[in-house]
Amino acid sequence: MSVFGAVAIPRRGTAPSPPARAHVPGEPGLWIVLFGDIAVFTILFVVYLAHRGENAELFAHSQQALNRTFGAVNTLVLLSSSLLIVLAVRAYRSDQRRHLTPRLAIAGMAVGSCFVAIKIVEYHEMVAAGITPSTNEFYMYYFVLTGLHLFHVTVGLIVLLVLVGLARNTSPTLANVAFFEGGACFWHMVDLLWIIIFPLLFLVR
Amino acid sequence: MKSLVRTDASRVWLILIVLTVVSWTLGADHAFGTHHVPTSLVIIAVAIFKIRLIGMYFMELRDAPLALRNVFESYCIVLLALLTGMYLLA
Repeated sequence: MSVFGAVAIPRRGTAPSPPARAHVPGEPGLWIVLFGDIAVFTILFVVYLAHRGENAELFAHSQQALNRTFGAVNTLVLLSSSLLIVLAVRAYRSDQRRHLTPRLAIAGMAVGSCFVAIKIVEYHEMVAAGITPSTNEFYMYYFVLTGLHLFHVTVGLIVLLVLVGLARNTSPTLANVAFFEGGACFWHMVDLLWIIIFPLLFLVR
Repeated sequence: MKSLVRTDASRVWLILIVLTVVSWTLGADHAFGTHHVPTSLVIIAVAIFKIRLIGMYFMELRDAPLALRNVFESYCIVLLALLTGMYLLA
């Protein structure tokens, strides 16, 4: 089921072929950053659950005010954006399909931007209902976790914008491809984090 | 374009969408009833399965060197243990 199969490693500076087996996506150093970021969020998840255990009633009651539809739709938005970026990476590696990369990357960025729009509407609704981070402990965690994640989404969208610029290069070097893969992996990490944050805050009771 | 879209990534995306809708439905008020603990545990397990799919297929870690892949697989196991443990014991 491998997408790439066993192919020769392209020479440095030439138009890249699909990667060989046992290929590190992006730059190896990037993975230290990604796992570091994921570790920080994991600590926050554990702290959240610890405090939830101490105030189960308050957390369960406060959770009722959250709009699950916004959270679920935002999950679908990030998953769809991620797929478009996966296809953009694959197109970028292929001489025959490289011309599709800018369109796929722009589509991925456009779909990803919907997350920010939906989150703004969600925050607006909550603040209009008098809910702020200082309302209680649950909402403090809600705003910290979703706010920190929203910051990552914003950084991810800027990264995607850079990838759109890179995608216009019709003769990318290996370094270009590695950067493209790395940027895509950052965007997938943003998706991955939301996959945990959404059920933890919105669904788990 | 067709051959680009008809890949394992698209199939994984479809599975992720279905699992999201399943979790969303499970998490809805009417589906919880008195069984919210097992339901919550299922929701957590589904989420971990989803992030494994994202890592393996979207981040392409299944084609990465074993060491990098193992770090990610271990993270998924540790996260499952941490979240279920904290949910049940905290």
